[in-house]
Amino acid sequence: METRKLRLGFLLAAAAVALAFVLSLAPDAQPLAARPIIPEIAATAGVLFLLAVWFADNRATVASLVGAACAATASLMLLHDDAIAGSAQIGFWMLAIAAWLAVALALVNLANLRQLRRPQQRAVSLLVPLLFGLTVFYLWEVAVRGFGVPPVLLPAPSAAAFRFANSLPTLAEDFTQTFIKGVLIGYAIGCGAGLLVAILAHRYQFLSRGLLPLGNFFSALPLVGVAPIMVMWFGFDWPSKAAVVVLVTFFPMLVNAIAGLSASGHIERDLMRSYAASPRQTLAKLYLPAALPFIFNALKINATLALIGAIVAEFFGTPTQGIGFRISTEAGRMAIDMVWAEIALAALAGMAFYGCVTLAERATTFWHPSYRT
Amino acid sequence: MTSSSFALPARAPSLIQRAIVERYVPVGTMVLALIAIWYVAAVAMNWSLVKDAFEREETPYTVSDVLAGTMNAERPLLPAPHQVVNAFVDGVFGYPPMAPRSLIYHSLVTLWATALGFALGALFGIALALLIVHSRVLERSLLPWIICSQMVPIVALAPIFIVVLGAIGLHGLLPKSIISAYLCFFPIAIGMVKGFTSPDPLQIELMRTWSATPRQVLWKLRWPASVPYLFASLKVAITISLIGAIVAELPTGAEAGIGARLLAGSYYGQTVQIWAALVAAALLASGLIGLVGLVERGVNSRMGAH
Repeated sequence: METRKLRLGFLLAAAAVALAFVLSLAPDAQPLAARPIIPEIAATAGVLFLLAVWFADNRATVASLVGAACAATASLMLLHDDAIAGSAQIGFWMLAIAAWLAVALALVNLANLRQLRRPQQRAVSLLVPLLFGLTVFYLWEVAVRGFGVPPVLLPAPSAAAFRFANSLPTLAEDFTQTFIKGVLIGYAIGCGAGLLVAILAHRYQFLSRGLLPLGNFFSALPLVGVAPIMVMWFGFDWPSKAAVVVLVTFFPMLVNAIAGLSASGHIERDLMRSYAASPRQTLAKLYLPAALPFIFNALKINATLALIGAIVAEFFGTPTQGIGFRISTEAGRMAIDMVWAEIALAALAGMAFYGCVTLAERATTFWHPSYRT
Repeated sequence: MTSSSFALPARAPSLIQRAIVERYVPVGTMVLALIAIWYVAAVAMNWSLVKDAFEREETPYTVSDVLAGTMNAERPLLPAPHQVVNAFVDGVFGYPPMAPRSLIYHSLVTLWATALGFALGALFGIALALLIVHSRVLERSLLPWIICSQMVPIVALAPIFIVVLGAIGLHGLLPKSIISAYLCFFPIAIGMVKGFTSPDPLQIELMRTWSATPRQVLWKLRWPASVPYLFASLKVAITISLIGAIVAELPTGAEAGIGARLLAGSYYGQTVQIWAALVAAALLASGLIGLVGLVERGVNSRMGAH
């Protein structure tokens, strides 16, 4: 970004902070200057933004980030005043806008950094999305509390986090029920079975010619629909959820593994033959390693599918625990903060699961071109 | 060109024969095997159910009576294939299309939600891909979150969406479509980012030597280059959006749609009805994929592909 535009942006942020001192925060609230501590923090933010105008380079990024943190803290502290929460006016929003603008400019600066060394590059590519996410959560929090959105509609993230921290035992129970028992067991069986059948199909051409179109067809079907049938067959507890997960994960694994097993080249196969390798050795040393990228692709697809399958199956009947069960009952009781806490749990579990699969992929397919750059 | 067209009539029968042997025989065998397994499983699973029923009524029965019973049980654990087909045909043709018991009616309800969700998701996904391709900041800050967003089991959000949108005054089609759009925008966005960046640097540099504006580069180079990626991701997305629409009907207590049919079937133990709804969903899914494939073929031939 050009230096002039950058300067103008930071100047606007500083001006917004200044306006927050002048304009009214809320109809019956004290002005900003008459409060303890908060004006000092806000003023620090303003000074830092002015510094950023002065620097307009990499130092400006740091100054604007610290300044944005100050402005955000000031606005969050203001929200503790009941006169402001729910009826905030333009003066208050100026602070939030200043914080947002400063972060946005800092992000632009960071993202456009070039010619970095490896570790710095990695740090930046981690920092940018993290800051972006923090900003989104901050704006969500400020908007919900500033406008006084009823918690039934959309709770503030802090409320959901508070609920999360306060109901850890319940969440742990739900996590074990849905994730450890339903998802993991079903995932292991489904992916394992898919891989085994794929190996068989690889051995017998006829089987693979017949299975591949069927597998493609089935993996395109809305298979979560079998959930009610599985609940009828295997009862309300986790086996029915695991069964749904098995069905949902089986076909993507089958299709991908069949594709992967035939991914090895002619030259490698000929080499194995010239070594007089037995079929089992060829499988273990050539076909399976060559299929690993495909298998991990399926494992990644299945990681999300499995969680969805297990949660959907819980809508059709559960013992009184589980993520899906809790979400539907708490939504019925209008306890939306608990619902969001459960969603956060599911999201965290899903991301951790996906992350583990990715790490395993890095560790086992380090030789693949996509990781060697 | 000419030589192959001359050679074609002589080779055609053998090609077709080989296609039959190599493609349809294995698939046909598999399908037949599946149906056979299904019948055997139906007998095995419904056996004790039917036997208990006979014993409860204290009527004398033979093995063949029980066997016949497993094929036509009213609430079987696993209905036999012909029962499912009968229920499906009855659901499609047995009622006027708009009757609440007609499968056509329920399929249409789900189809509309799917179509709207698919359209929304496709637009949103393509727009996101455009933004990401044109802005480095967005690429670095947004892309990781888009990937994270798929780790959130979105069906978990479905009940909240319904509550929130219901409070704003939106009911019926739109909440379902939004859920299905949320599910299906991801493959489109990712595929289109790949597609928009697929022209190789030489071509982009050529555009630059012609001093083409970014918009011209987009319309004359990036769009045409991304068409194969577009259709590949659309095919994935349309099944996902169907899944989204069906799943969205589950927790919301919708009274119409394939998902509602599944839920009602599970509440009242109407197994055959569940299976018929599943068949409808399967047909809908393959029909939608076929439709996208047709459009793809049309677009390809318009763009001059052979």
